[in-house]
Amino acid sequence: MTSDGGASANLRETALRSAHEALGATLVDFAGWLMPLRYSGEKAEHTAVREKAGLFDLSHMGEVRVTGPQAADVLDYAMVGFLSKVTVGRARYTMITDEDGGVLDDLIVYRLADDDYLVVPNAANAGTVLAALQERAQGFDARVEDRSADTALIALQGPAAVDILAPLTDADLSEIKYYAGYRHTVAGQPVLLARTGYTGEDGFELFIEPASAAPAVWEALLKAGEPHGLAPAGLSARDTLRLEAGMPLYGQELTRGLTPFDAGLGRVVKFDKGDFVGRAALERAAGRSADSSGGRRLIGLSARGRRPIRKDMPLLRDGEQVGTLTSGAPSPTLGTPIAMAYVDAGLDTSTGEFAVDVRGRTEPVDVVELPFYKRER
Amino acid sequence: MSVPAELSYTEEHEWVSISDGVATIGITKYAAEALGEIVFVEPPETGATVAAGDTCGEVESTKSVSDIYAPVNGEVVDVNAAAVEDPEIIGTDPYGQGWLFKVELSEEPKDLLSPEKYTQLTEGEG
Repeated sequence: MTSDGGASANLRETALRSAHEALGATLVDFAGWLMPLRYSGEKAEHTAVREKAGLFDLSHMGEVRVTGPQAADVLDYAMVGFLSKVTVGRARYTMITDEDGGVLDDLIVYRLADDDYLVVPNAANAGTVLAALQERAQGFDARVEDRSADTALIALQGPAAVDILAPLTDADLSEIKYYAGYRHTVAGQPVLLARTGYTGEDGFELFIEPASAAPAVWEALLKAGEPHGLAPAGLSARDTLRLEAGMPLYGQELTRGLTPFDAGLGRVVKFDKGDFVGRAALERAAGRSADSSGGRRLIGLSARGRRPIRKDMPLLRDGEQVGTLTSGAPSPTLGTPIAMAYVDAGLDTSTGEFAVDVRGRTEPVDVVELPFYKRER
Repeated sequence: MSVPAELSYTEEHEWVSISDGVATIGITKYAAEALGEIVFVEPPETGATVAAGDTCGEVESTKSVSDIYAPVNGEVVDVNAAAVEDPEIIGTDPYGQGWLFKVELSEEPKDLLSPEKYTQLTEGEG
C-alpha cells in the first residue's frame, strides 16, 4: 500500500501547488513533477468533464519556442509533419522520430507567427525533444528555446467550457476553431488561448507566461465555473478521458520501438515535403503498413465482465497470445472495463474468442472500434 | 486518522470484528483512501478454507490492484454480495456496508492489532 507522504522530495512544482493543496488534491510524482492525481474522486471528475467541465493543471508539459527566419524549415526537417504549411494561429498534432522512425514523442505545434512556433512535448520527453530540436536546428537560421519553467498550462475541458470562459476573456470564442490558438487575455492576464485538449471534449488550453500569473487565472475560472458544475480534475481522470477518446499516450501506445504507422497514426507523417529525420525508415514502414505484411495495429477491447483489464496484460485469441495491452481502465462513461492493445497488422480480429490474461485468469473481451467514446457535435 | 475502537486490525490494513466465533472482515478507511476509487472486488468464495496471512481475494481501484489477505484461520461463511455488485461502498463505508467477507474461526486469531497499534502504523506510513 502506498502513501503520498514522501512524494515531494526533489520534485518540480507548478505555480498552482498551493491551489491544489487548498482543494484537497492527492499530489504525486509524475515525470518528476508534483502533480494532482485526483481531488474529490477521479470518477466524478471524469463525469464532470464529459457532462459539464473540468479544470486541469498541465504545467508539467514542456514548452519549446522555435523562432527565426527558418523556424518553419527546422520543424519540417526535425518532425514528421508539414509544419511550414500550418497557417498562423493554427495548431497541428505531430510526432518527432529518430533516424529509425521510432517515435521520440507526440506533440502539438502551434504557429504563433510566420517565424514563431510553440512546440509542446510531454513532460517526460521535454528534455529529449529539446535536445533533438537543438541538434536538428544546427545550420538553420533559427533559435530553439526552452520555456517550460516559465510557462504554466491550464486546460478547461467539457461542454460548458465556452460558457465558463466567455465572460472572462476578450476573445470571441466562436472565432477560435478546433486546433487554433491566439493571444488573448483571460481574467486580465495575457495567455495563448488554444482550442485543443486531450479529453475528447470541446475545450481550451491556456498557456500562461510568466507562470506566476497562473493562480489568478485558475481561481477566476474555478469561480466562473461554479454555477456550471466545473470541477478541478487530476491526472487520473485525464488518463481515463483520453483512453475513452482513443488517444495514444506516450510510453504506452507510443514508444521509441514503434513507428507512427505501427500506432495506426501514419497519417501524421507527410512525405510531400523535403528531407526530414527518419524519412527513409518511415517510407519503409509506410510500405509494410500498406500491405499489412508487418508492423502492428492498435485495437480497442471491451470486457464482458467487471474485472479491470490493464496495461501489459496478454491478449489471447482462442487461448494463444496475439498481443499485449497498452492501456486499460474501467470506463466511467461506458461502465465497462476497456483497453487498447497492439496486434500484428495482419491479424483477423473478426473471428475467434478474444480474452485477456488477468494474472492467470482469462477474462473474455470483445474487439471494438476505436474510439470508445465520441462526443456529439 | 481515527479508527473505530471496537475493531481489531492487521498490518495489511484490514479490520476484523469477532462475534460468536465469526470474524467479519473489511479494509480500513486508510486503505480505501490510499487505493482511490474502488471499481472491483473479489472476496473469497463461501465455503473456502482460509489461513491467516494467505491471499484470498482482490480489490481493484481505477489505478491499482491489491490482494485481500485472510487475517484469521477458518471457513468463509458469507460474502458481501452488495459490495461485489457496487464496490464503491467499500470506499464510502469501509467499516459498515463495505465489509467484505465473514469467516467462522477454526482457532483463536493471533497477531491482530489494537486500534492504538494500528493508528501508530498508519501514522508511521503517512
